[in-house]
Amino acid sequence: MSALLTETEDKPQTAWDDAASWYEASARQRVRSLLDAGSFKEFIGPEQREVSPHLRVFELPEQFDDGMIVGRGRLSGEPAFIAAQEGRFMGGAFGEVHGAKLTGLLRAARYVKSIPVLILFDTGGVRLQEANAGELAIAEIMRALIEARMAGVKVVGLIGGRAGCYGGGGLIAGCCSALAVSEQGRISVSGPEVIETNRGVEEFDSKDRALVWRTMGGKHRRLLGGADAFTSDTIQSFRDIALHLIRSAPGFGMDVLKAEQARLGERLERFSSCADALDIWKAEGVPDAEAVPAMPAEDFIAVANKVREPRYDAR
Amino acid sequence: MTLDDILASLFLEGHDIRNNDGLLLGSGPLKGGGRAEVIGVADRTAVGVDDAIRLSGQVLAALERGGDGPILVLVDSDSQRMSKRDELLGLNEFLAHLAKCLIYADMQGRHTVGLLYGHTAAGAFIATALATRTLVALPGAEPEVMDLPSMSKVTKLSIEVLKEKAKSTPVFAPGLDNLAQTGAVLATWDEKISLADQLQALLGNDRQGGDQRDRLGKARGGRPKAADMAERVYDLALQPE
Repeated sequence: MSALLTETEDKPQTAWDDAASWYEASARQRVRSLLDAGSFKEFIGPEQREVSPHLRVFELPEQFDDGMIVGRGRLSGEPAFIAAQEGRFMGGAFGEVHGAKLTGLLRAARYVKSIPVLILFDTGGVRLQEANAGELAIAEIMRALIEARMAGVKVVGLIGGRAGCYGGGGLIAGCCSALAVSEQGRISVSGPEVIETNRGVEEFDSKDRALVWRTMGGKHRRLLGGADAFTSDTIQSFRDIALHLIRSAPGFGMDVLKAEQARLGERLERFSSCADALDIWKAEGVPDAEAVPAMPAEDFIAVANKVREPRYDAR
Repeated sequence: MTLDDILASLFLEGHDIRNNDGLLLGSGPLKGGGRAEVIGVADRTAVGVDDAIRLSGQVLAALERGGDGPILVLVDSDSQRMSKRDELLGLNEFLAHLAKCLIYADMQGRHTVGLLYGHTAAGAFIATALATRTLVALPGAEPEVMDLPSMSKVTKLSIEVLKEKAKSTPVFAPGLDNLAQTGAVLATWDEKISLADQLQALLGNDRQGGDQRDRLGKARGGRPKAADMAERVYDLALQPE
């Protein structure tokens, strides 16, 4: 499939190849190389200079797309809506314009019904310089997302960027029909520094990177059931998993909510007293839990599929 | 107003709402007939995985019992519970699930009404009050995304400078008035008038189609661009390829 796509790609867009790292790529590079070559059409691109109206109050630099790219394109020939956060601008944080673009896209998807939405998360959460607007944007996105899912839209989240998926971004991710995550894709509400600042270093040592990865990182989220799929850190593997999840993602309704209530309830019953991710992995039946952090992606995927079948009906 | 005063003013004929270690669960008869289901967070309790799943369970149970009464969400909370255990167990999923249950309930015709009567912050705010269709507040409510000292730490600006900047824009500083201007809070109730009457008036209003908070934020001047940006993207997305 990739060979076919590469042949038809026009030159300016092929500079970034399929084996390139998702983590290292910019939001624009991710969008262009995830979608079929030349198919991306942006809504309100940077040429329109719709910047944040609030950053100037803090004398901070603006970005012409406010760190959020939205538009449409084709994925393996099929139409798709896409939204991508640029983690290198203000940590991918949600501000007024940044958030409103995604809200508008989801409202349109609800109307169209038949076109799936891909959300390429890369965010530290709410942008504090416009905290009230950012917080509310997250609430509006969640409502628009659920309304779109009720109309039959598949919304697939892809997480593997520099900023991870923190704060309200984690809540939006929890609303998606399905999630794919790479090792680098941390998902959490409170970030490591926030927990340490509020509760002390005894509660969470944010400088202990191994602790951060195994508590919030992609491998733990996959083993816990917080993400449906684990993927290696290449554009190609994110494209493959996105296609798979669009096909397998569940609808939305009372049955899904009841199944999720049961799924989360069972998690608390089984792992409530686990002090560390290692204890959860052992309880899950991972044969060599200590080896998980250093395990290559392919080996980890095999282990994960053995101990925990993805549940596509409970999210 | 204390929680007991609020519940007494909302439910003149009494109610069966209990405060279980900071979680409110129960129901009460409405003045205009029918019953309201009530969930909530009291006593400035932080919302962790164990709390969120009890609240979502109550919403789902109410839906299973049927009926068309509103669901009231009373909020005087801390932020999300900040701990290793909560994040280890996937707090983002639990909070998202609670919000999903509330949004779904509203779409099934169970008008969700948030009543912010104390504090709330960050993820707890999003999963409870901000997940309702209609959010009202009592005077003295203290919503915040992040407190000014923490904000000062992140933005590397002094609290004095932040307070000065807050005079020119409602977009970042904590507080009910600021949140209301962005469109998050529809109205602040009058605590001298029966809350039951004010609730009844609100429920009697025609349900406007769709999420109106961005338009409200534009009209109030707190969010100048959100409504227009969302609408422009919507229009562009509906154009043929």
